[in-house]
Amino acid sequence: MQIKVNEQNYTVDDDLTAGAVRDRIKADADLLIINGFPASAETLLHDGDLLILIRRGETPDAEELDALLAARHTPGVHDAVKQSTVGIAGAGGLGSAIAIALTRTGIGHLIIADFDVVEPSNLNRQQYFIDQIGLPKVYALRDTLTRINPQVKVTSAHLRLSPANIAEVFGHAQVLVEAFDLAEQKVMLIETFAARFPDRPIVTGSGMAGYGPANSIQTQRVAGNLYLCGDGATAAAPGTGLMAPRVGVAAHHQANAVLRLLLGCDPVTEKA
Amino acid sequence: MDIIFNGTSRAIPHSITIQELLDQLHLDCRQVVVEHNRSIVARQRLADIVLDHGDTLEVIHFVGGG
Repeated sequence: MQIKVNEQNYTVDDDLTAGAVRDRIKADADLLIINGFPASAETLLHDGDLLILIRRGETPDAEELDALLAARHTPGVHDAVKQSTVGIAGAGGLGSAIAIALTRTGIGHLIIADFDVVEPSNLNRQQYFIDQIGLPKVYALRDTLTRINPQVKVTSAHLRLSPANIAEVFGHAQVLVEAFDLAEQKVMLIETFAARFPDRPIVTGSGMAGYGPANSIQTQRVAGNLYLCGDGATAAAPGTGLMAPRVGVAAHHQANAVLRLLLGCDPVTEKA
Repeated sequence: MDIIFNGTSRAIPHSITIQELLDQLHLDCRQVVVEHNRSIVARQRLADIVLDHGDTLEVIHFVGGG
């Protein structure tokens, strides 16, 4: 019969128990999961079963992680994503969530730039932990990303981005993510990067404050190579603060737009 | 003379620069990205570019938050 063990295909004899397969493939595994449910070693396997063998506390090696992602995402998608470099300008509510989504997607190289440190008030929406307060965001975020997938290369630039350094910091980025807070900074980044690299796409965010309907947040192409995620209107203001759910919706619109661009798909429509 | 402004035809005066048009529309150039004939224009060039009949202008207004 055909089964999958840790996302890889195996042909094994009929009437085998999960324990017998464990002994052959990963004898030190102490946790067996069959088709999503913990199971005992005596459980009989059936054709088509998906068996996951885990040794508690063990970190999968690079090859294993790679195989897991390739199996989940299909090898074609995985290879394309793995060879990609993406720049993220700003590591706040948008940037930290986008970085995590792209890391889980198996992106090859992230360049993340931000001058800020983690403040207690950031924890309402930004992907930091209480024990990271006071750390520069780019270093705290790199630690988190490395805990998710140590294979992703993260370049942390702890600096204030300006027209003088944007081209240098993001010179290798195939796609740039704008994840700043202030409107003037968003505009400065886009103008500067577009002037230097007119053919490279930029994915920007504008209008995600408050708790208005999530469905009003959209991905649009607003200029040749510029994609905007957000409702385009709701600014952060007293009484309309930035909150985790809606900032997260906008961030994941941006992350998905990046993924589609890397795969040669149109971020806005079904077009491949 | 007419230009295409954010996808719609719009009559504008002759020999007007992008900066002058933004000023007339009360748009703060620090909060908008301007695309002129498919190229994004750096802010310091907005006052140099005189619009022509048939030009395409996209003005994207940004709000804060991220």
